[in-house]
Amino acid sequence: MSMTVIWTGMVTLAVLFGLATGRGPEVAAAAVEGAASAVQLALSMAGMLCLWTGVMEVMRRAGLAQGLSRLLSPALRLLFPQAARDRAAMDSIAANVSANLLGLGNAATPLGLEAARRLGRASPGVASDSLCMLVVCNTASLQLIPTTVASVRAAAGCQAPFDILPAVWLASALSVAAGVLACKLLARVWRG
Amino acid sequence: MELFFTMLVPLILCGVALYAAGRRVDVYAALVQGAGAGLETLLRIVPALVGLMTAVAMLRASGALEFLARALAPALEGLGLPPELLPLMLVRPVSGSAALGVGAELIAAYGPDSPLGRTAAVMLGSTETTFYTIAVYFGAVGITRTRYAVPAALCADLTGFLAAAWAVRLLFP
Repeated sequence: MSMTVIWTGMVTLAVLFGLATGRGPEVAAAAVEGAASAVQLALSMAGMLCLWTGVMEVMRRAGLAQGLSRLLSPALRLLFPQAARDRAAMDSIAANVSANLLGLGNAATPLGLEAARRLGRASPGVASDSLCMLVVCNTASLQLIPTTVASVRAAAGCQAPFDILPAVWLASALSVAAGVLACKLLARVWRG
Repeated sequence: MELFFTMLVPLILCGVALYAAGRRVDVYAALVQGAGAGLETLLRIVPALVGLMTAVAMLRASGALEFLARALAPALEGLGLPPELLPLMLVRPVSGSAALGVGAELIAAYGPDSPLGRTAAVMLGSTETTFYTIAVYFGAVGITRTRYAVPAALCADLTGFLAAAWAVRLLFP
């Protein structure tokens, strides 16, 4: 529903503003060209996007995510102190985080939901500290290789679509750190 | 270092193929099947791209985007955020495919290698669809009292936007 409000608002604002500033014809032209350019974009990013989902399927079948979750387990115990004793929950969390890191979104969500169900048993209806941490980790972007964005850049004529990787890693790391920090601080002061 | 990032894609392709083949995975069959699934993903996002790229293109043509950016410039620039990317920042937490549509329009309009185009790409790559994710997780577990999950997640989003603008200024002077 929220996208209905946003989209209707955008189009209405464009029409009213265009009429008021005398740019009606430009708005009309943009309405036609915008839709066409969306399909053009989809076509030009199709190759790269498909290649990467192919590579991700190879990674998934080779068990790369399992190897990564073994590496991550010790660090994750620090983030989920209350859940550290629940082996099954910690395994699901580690698998969820490593699938997110590799960009295996379709695999990450069921694993994360499994972990969330286990964490939720302790306090029905109320989000525990561990559950808040899990959700915040999943609302922050952990993906190491942002393939969809790179496909969009390549489709726009970029020669080195992956040159933003260091910047993406830096921004992601800071964003995740802020989320984790906010969780740890709010867990202390939040009442109820 | 630059060569590393230029060669990163072929190196990943080669490394993943060798590792998977070593573990007796039918690499080619997996690659082709995954690529097919990629087409389905693409088909799913095309409708959102059509809707959002049209809306943003109309907003830009009407001059409203420029007007909004200029009106909010003092506040956003004080934070170090480019006002031109405001639509992207507003849509990002609500819908992933919509944010991709808005971001793609901005990247195409300003150029993928311009500071604005780069910042839009880094913002897309370093944040997630917060409200959708929260709805899926808490919905699945039946949580009604979400406590501090929303403010903490939005704090991560805002930091991601600020850090994206900062990282592009730092790494692409």
